[in-house]
Amino acid sequence: MSDASATLESTGHTGTGTGKGQSHPTDKMFVQVAIALGVITAVEVAWSYLPWGDATGLMAFAEVGGLLFMMAIKFVVVASRFMHLKFDQGVLSRLFYFGLLLAILVYVATLTTFEMWSPGSSGFTPSTPFPHV
Amino acid sequence: MTDLAATQTIDPEHGHLTSTGVSNEKLAMWVFLASECLLFGGLISTFVLYRSKVLPSVPGGEALPLHESFDIPFTSVSSFVLLMSSMSMVLAVSAIQRGDHRGLRSWLAVTALLGTVFISGQFYEFYEFVTVKGFGLTHSPAWSAFYVLTGFHGAHVTIGIVMLMGTFLLSLRGRIPQERAEAVEIVGLYWHFVDVVWIIVFTVVYLIK
Repeated sequence: MSDASATLESTGHTGTGTGKGQSHPTDKMFVQVAIALGVITAVEVAWSYLPWGDATGLMAFAEVGGLLFMMAIKFVVVASRFMHLKFDQGVLSRLFYFGLLLAILVYVATLTTFEMWSPGSSGFTPSTPFPHV
Repeated sequence: MTDLAATQTIDPEHGHLTSTGVSNEKLAMWVFLASECLLFGGLISTFVLYRSKVLPSVPGGEALPLHESFDIPFTSVSSFVLLMSSMSMVLAVSAIQRGDHRGLRSWLAVTALLGTVFISGQFYEFYEFVTVKGFGLTHSPAWSAFYVLTGFHGAHVTIGIVMLMGTFLLSLRGRIPQERAEAVEIVGLYWHFVDVVWIIVFTVVYLIK
């Protein structure tokens, strides 16, 4: 028997890695996660329908911040549970979240270059109008 | 034992020696998904920059903000459908890890069906925008950014559906034994990534005004 097959038999490993020593997720847990995601989505939609009006200052922060917060929760839950990052080897989490962080930094820098955050700015204005304007 | 050998572990699916304990195929998919973050990051940033650059649908008319053309309840249902497809996908992976081939095929079919419903909804939405409301791809910078972002995502969903159907057919032919469960898991990673991208798109494009 080869060393490889010996290790396979001793670990009884059949699929998803358990590099972090977490217990393997169950189907019941996946259904519970899906229900939670559905509920968060419903809250998100309801949040966007609240009478914010032309929210400014703290109200605008609450409106957009609340939506971004719920979005981030859903993102992390899907990545960690459905994509198994919570249960797999740590290198995969580091790889994916590093790529994500890099993307966020690159595009925050890009948006800053276009003065996206300046007061009164509503995005990029081409120096020359489009032909049909 | 050398230092190298001491740090290597055995990938249980293929018996390959890897320094990470992860198979090359799975690692490659994660590297690909990390790079996809940059692609979609670029498209989302472009949309954020251009979202206010709208034009009237007819000459002399009022230029409505983009979000006033959206049907939020309809898109919310589409988003829910895509979220549920992630659940059915993870149940498909779970089924093959148990050696339940019938369960694998059932959940793969459900996932592909839900993905198709989502794509059909996107087609319907595009049709409404173009033919009823008069906002085509080249109408204004905001609509161009919208179509390119959501269109790219739709293309990814379509590729995912093809991958799911291919996996389904391979399973029918008995080409996916329990020992090859990781192949289904890798398809699942792609599908879940498409889902997490939509989570961002739905909030940034449709909900944030």
